[in-house]
Amino acid sequence: MPGKVAIVAVAQNAGAESKDNFYDQAYVVTKEVLDKVGLNRDDLGTIVSASSDIYHGGISCANSYYWETTGGFLKNASRQDGESLFAFFYGVMRILTGYYDSALIIALCKGSENPENDACTLMYTDPFYTRGIGLQETMAAAFQMRLYMERYGITEEQCAKVAVKNLGNSLGNPYAHRKGRYTVEDILYSERIIDPLTAMQVAPKSEGIVAVLLASEEKAKELTDKPVWFKGYGSSLDNYYLGDRDLLDGQLKNAAARAYKMAGISDPRKEIDLAEITEPYAFQELMWYEDLGFCPKGEGGRLLDSGVTQKNGDLPVNPSGGVLANNPYVSRGLQRVVEATLQLRGEAGERQVDREVRTALAHGTHGFAGQCHAVAILGS
Amino acid sequence: MAKEFKTIKTEIRLPYELAYGATWTRFFEGMENEIIYGTKCSKCGRVLVPARSFCPRCFVDTDEWVETAQEGVLTAWSYVNYKYFGQPIEPPFIGALIRLDGTDVDFLHLIGGFDLSDFDLVRKTVKNGMRVKAAWSNERKGHILDLKYFEPV
Ligand SMILES: [Zn+2]
Repeated sequence: MPGKVAIVAVAQNAGAESKDNFYDQAYVVTKEVLDKVGLNRDDLGTIVSASSDIYHGGISCANSYYWETTGGFLKNASRQDGESLFAFFYGVMRILTGYYDSALIIALCKGSENPENDACTLMYTDPFYTRGIGLQETMAAAFQMRLYMERYGITEEQCAKVAVKNLGNSLGNPYAHRKGRYTVEDILYSERIIDPLTAMQVAPKSEGIVAVLLASEEKAKELTDKPVWFKGYGSSLDNYYLGDRDLLDGQLKNAAARAYKMAGISDPRKEIDLAEITEPYAFQELMWYEDLGFCPKGEGGRLLDSGVTQKNGDLPVNPSGGVLANNPYVSRGLQRVVEATLQLRGEAGERQVDREVRTALAHGTHGFAGQCHAVAILGS
Repeated sequence: MAKEFKTIKTEIRLPYELAYGATWTRFFEGMENEIIYGTKCSKCGRVLVPARSFCPRCFVDTDEWVETAQEGVLTAWSYVNYKYFGQPIEPPFIGALIRLDGTDVDFLHLIGGFDLSDFDLVRKTVKNGMRVKAAWSNERKGHILDLKYFEPV
């Protein structure tokens, strides 16, 4: 890589419904992330934001509304629609041009104000064909879950255990929206909204204004004594039509391979100390373990059962509670970067994992049943 | 339910008018005539359904139209038992992927033709791998639901 890029500060707001409005909330989070390192808005190099009109409270074109609240007045700023981890990488690239010594990446979504996620994801469909069938993200996930269980002998209990783990972890996360000590039965006997998925295995719709401040190596030294370094990134896209895809052989392994190559990682299970991944449906965390190379294909359930991915395990996954606990749809990928950063800095408070964290992975996904995936590798 | 703080209710309602294009136009003419059209990729040889103008993997034009079989195998399904805004079909219904005989991708549609009200019964009836066949509506107007659903053979 031509140079080094550091994360020098992060900020986020809480996921539960708040009475504050979007415009003011975005200002508060932006101000907070700049203040953390004493960076004046005038000295901020550039801004990349992530939002999606469909998740944006019925205000479009969304970024025109929030530019000034995210510090954009007179700045070179741009916006990315969809998965916010993409925006993170665009920010990294802007620093790597050598023309900016700092970049604010900010993702915005106020889920509490939106219709249910499935009303929004129904709009991903094409109006000729798939919208007429009512396809949305949860239906696609339910297809995938049944296939996964049938192909690999994964049990409903193993899927539910992901929710038990993550909602338990989120008890230590002051920003999490949904949290609590639940049993496997609580999860399995929640409302069976779309078989085989039950309501508690589906992520909520949450609020999340999430900010990451990037800096060049030189600027980072000036701003913080705890930089977190960008090590690698990869993404991959699958076909649009669900029927064209193999729902059990998706794109995450390609995204991960690209990120691992850039970061020089050859054995992810050994070299990665912690992962924050996007699991909008409980069973997907098990599938993503496999695609990320944490275990062989079909053994995600066994890996969870072994305890390795628990908060006190050797490879903690989603100690924050993940997306099942907090799902600010567009912001959730960047929120994984924030959580990974806090763990690398030892600043994750009650959710700080027991083991030492030197290399962490952040993952985001967007579209039906993981149509697109992005993976970022960070290091202390 | 009213919230404990002051809110405004708003919605976006904008009329759009989208061109079908040649491929969808012919596909939906097929629907009107109880025909399911696919197209074949000359490079990978796959039959894609519904019909496409190009193969998304090979990125070349498809050059042959195919009337696909009306029967196939159920490859994925879910029982939808809740409502969401904009839902085009009253729940409960079964969304499904079907691999029509002689095709190489799955066709998204519905499974039906039997009592869907009792889920336990549905779970006994519907299995991935079972044979299904197309059931057509009597009133067809060039819509994806001219094909009512696929029913167990
Ligand atoms: Zn082809």
